[in-house]
Parts: sequence; C-alpha cells; structure tokens
Amino acid sequence: MSQLPVIFKRELASYFATPLAYVFILIFLVLSGVFTFYLGGFYERGQADLTPFFSFHTWLYLFLVPAIAMRLWAEERKSGSIELLMTLPITRFEAVTGKFLAAWVFAGIALLLTFPMVITVNYLGEPDNGVIVAAYLGSWLLAGAFLAIGSCMSALAKNQVIAFVLAVSVSFLFIVSGLPMVLDAFAWAPQWLVDAVASLSFLVRFDSISKGVIDLRDLLYFLSLIVAWLAATAVVVDLKKAQ
Amino acid sequence: MIEISNLTKRFAQHTAVDDLSFQVRRGEVLGFLGPNGAGKSTTMKMLTGFLAPTSGTARILGHDIRTQTLQAQRLIGYLPEGAPCYGDMTVRGFLEFIAEVRGFRGADKRQRVETAVAQVELEKVLGQTIETLSKGFKRRVGLAQAILHDPEVLILDEPTDGLDPNQKHQVRQLIQGLAQDKIVIISTHILEEVSAVCTRAVVIANGRLVADGTPLELESRSKYHQAVTLVSEGPLDEVALAALPGAAGVERNEREHSLTVLAQPGHVIFPQVNALIAERGWAIRELDVERGRLDEVFRTLTRGEAA
Repeated sequence: MSQLPVIFKRELASYFATPLAYVFILIFLVLSGVFTFYLGGFYERGQADLTPFFSFHTWLYLFLVPAIAMRLWAEERKSGSIELLMTLPITRFEAVTGKFLAAWVFAGIALLLTFPMVITVNYLGEPDNGVIVAAYLGSWLLAGAFLAIGSCMSALAKNQVIAFVLAVSVSFLFIVSGLPMVLDAFAWAPQWLVDAVASLSFLVRFDSISKGVIDLRDLLYFLSLIVAWLAATAVVVDLKKAQ
Repeated sequence: MIEISNLTKRFAQHTAVDDLSFQVRRGEVLGFLGPNGAGKSTTMKMLTGFLAPTSGTARILGHDIRTQTLQAQRLIGYLPEGAPCYGDMTVRGFLEFIAEVRGFRGADKRQRVETAVAQVELEKVLGQTIETLSKGFKRRVGLAQAILHDPEVLILDEPTDGLDPNQKHQVRQLIQGLAQDKIVIISTHILEEVSAVCTRAVVIANGRLVADGTPLELESRSKYHQAVTLVSEGPLDEVALAALPGAAGVERNEREHSLTVLAQPGHVIFPQVNALIAERGWAIRELDVERGRLDEVFRTLTRGEAA
C-alpha cells in the first residue's frame, strides 16, 4: 500500500503537465453551463435548485470522462513505459488504484470548479444545500464509475482513440440499460433478469441521489461497480501488458 | 547469485525462451548475446518480473521471481529496451518519482537523485522534460533510473543501442565502474562490447543456450584463433605456409593484399611462420597474430542453431 500515494501523485501531476487538464476543465465548465441555462431552463423554471445542472451530468460524462480515462494505460503501453512501471517494486493493485484515484480526483477538481453554480442559486433563492451536496457526491460517484470503465477499456486498447470509443460504448450501455430500447431486447427473458438489467442503469441510480435521496444501495452500487471494473483492469493489464 | 532454472516462455505461436538454465555470480558482468528474436529481451523481462514464465523459474539472490516478485524487484535495477520513460516529466521529476517508488524520502531521496545524476552526468538537463532530450541523454536518464537505489543486480537491455561512439564508451565505463560486488547482465548484439566490458558471455539462439564462457574462450573457438596474418611487398609461397606443422590452411584477402594462415585448434603457429619468413627472406610489412573473431564465432553458433 505504501507506494500508492507515489503513483497517485505522479499521475495527477501528469494531467496538469499537458494542456489536457485545462482543456478538459474549460470544456466541462462551459458545457455544464450551457446545458444548465439553455437546455435545462434554469431561469424559466423559477426554482431554487440545481436539478437542471445535475440532470445533464450523465450525458456530459459519457463523452468527457472517457477522454480523461483513455490515456491511463493505453499511453503506457504505447510508449513502453509500462515495462518500467510494472518492474518497479509496486503491486498491480497499487498501480491500478493509484492511476484510477488520480483520474477520479482530477474529475472531482473539475466538478468542484462548478461552485459558482451553487453561489448563483444561493444568491437567487433559498435552495436545500443538503440536496446539492448529496447531488455533488452522486455526480462524483457517477464519474468514478465512468472512469473505472474507461480505465479497463484503456488497458484493453493500445490506441487511445479506440480506448475512447470503447469506453463511450460500454458506458452508454450502462446509461440506457433502464430504458425500453434495452429492456425490450430482453422481452423473452424472465422478469428477474429484466429487473436486474434495469437496476444496472446509471440514470435511475443517479437520479435518486441527485434528488437528495442517499440510499445505501445506490452508493454500494456505484462503489461495487468501480471495484469490479478496476479488478477487470488489473486482469486485462496483466494479459495485455507485453503486447 | 542469480539462478535461472529451466526458464521457458511460450507465446501463442512460438517458444521464445526454451528451457534456459544458467547461473550468474556476484562480481560477474554477463554479456547476453544472440541475434534479434533469440529471446534475450524475453528472458530479461522474466527476470525482472514483467512477464511470467510459462514454466521454470529464476531466483534473484534467493528470491523466486514467480512467488516473491516484489522482493526480487527491489534488488534489481532495470533498463528496458529503448529506455522508455515518462516523456512529459522533467528529468528531476522523473528521478524523484523513481526514488519515491523505491522508498526514499526527504534528504535521502535528494541524495540518491544527486548521486545518480552525477554518475551519468545529467546535471545540465535536470529541468528539461524528457521528451525534449536527445537519444543519448534519454538513455542516460534510463541508466540513472536503474542505478538510483544502488541495486545488487543490474539488468540492462541494449544499454548502448543507438548511441554514438563517445556515448558508448561512456556507458561502458560507467558499467565497469558499477560492476564491483554486483551482478550485471547486459544484452547486446554489439560484439566489441562483450570484449570491452564483460567477464563472461552467454550466447543464445532460438531461446536456447548455445555457448557460455569468457570472451577469450569464445574467441578461441574461432577458426581465426592463433591465425597469423602477413602483409608483404612481394609474392609469398602459399603452399609452404599451408604445409607448416599446425597450420590448417591459408586464406587470401584480396583487398588488403595479405594472407592469413589458419591454425589447427590447440596449435600455435606463429614461431613456425616466423621461422619460414626468416628462412625465405620475405619482406614483411605487417605480421599479426589474431585472438579470434567473435563475430565469426557468433555467426557459426547462432546460424548452426537456426538451420
């Protein structure tokens, strides 16, 4: 465990060593503003809450989060530095988790920089700030789930663009698994399977957290999803590292 | 000591390393030779714990690389082929990262980085990002990274590949300086390097060991071992030279207008050749006794295996 912070620190710093971090944060802030005020009708609703802000996060993350996850392993394999990393005295757990946490904290930083939204809504009215905090937590967990998927896809593909496309596709399946377009495909299946597939949906889970309802099952859902995808990442890294 | 026992690595289509066994003792600088694709890098990747062997194993100072990978990795300094680094980091940032991963903190860390930087002369480029460096400097960053924790075992995959002659010389000197009380394994296909720095050479072809000995012993396997080359103004009597006791034959080198008299294995023919020259009164401009040609031994060993 002792080397995890070292890996974490290097990875986080590497985001800021290139323009990637700044471009990402800028686009994230601009888009989340556009979605909130134009598509979400923040003013027209006349309600002091951030529902229009959070309700678009799932779709925003679908394209932005794979962009920060795609380099995690693909870049290491492309440049060959994975051979250096994996022959240093660190465990696979430390490498996989350290990289993931760095990306997750980076996503958290981007998310925190949307604080003017909170100030705005507090200036205009009297929102329930508890709900807002819960929604931020939910949004961060959602980003973590997207990142864990992206991390695994990045380990799978040597090419960053392919890693990106794979991550978007798999993430999309997780978003829409509660919608009729997926559930209809399971028309033949027993009800328990349909329910199981529907319960995987990011939309449903995130929706309830962003309304301020923190259900332990929802937290557990996101955390176990992250753990499962990271475990898959570790396996894939081992299988693919030498190719 | 490094003990490699029955180390084997099979990939989907082919066997890269095939039942390889040998040992390396402290103080030895082992030159690991073989043509491209012979399995040198694969062997090194298994020794450093990057690849898991299909069967067999190796012990690094008693630590099994399959079951005690981390302990073994702590003892090893490794320069992978091509010296990959994190290009977007500065030299200082990168070396500090390595020092931290190796468990050094605070003043200890700074001390380690400083020493390694001084050993490979990186002072001038400390603040530059690695991707902006020339090939020679990148290689030196890779070396600094490998020697930073003063490892007991140093494994270098083609440390001088792509360097200019001055840089090659520098790296070799560095390796020789480091070699005392350590185990050093260098893979290379530059044969002069073996004579220059190695105390022992292991040749592999198609993943199998084909020769193991000191560079001198390998040279003595050459048909040119103890051969005498004569460069003369006038014509020489080839038949008389070939008939000398111990001589195995005569080769004519058209370009240099010289003759090479080959010796039978285990024979020394220089005195006889010398006597013949004196007897016939030949005007000889140059007279050389060869130690043997490593490249010729290398070709014979590795081609024979491929056929």
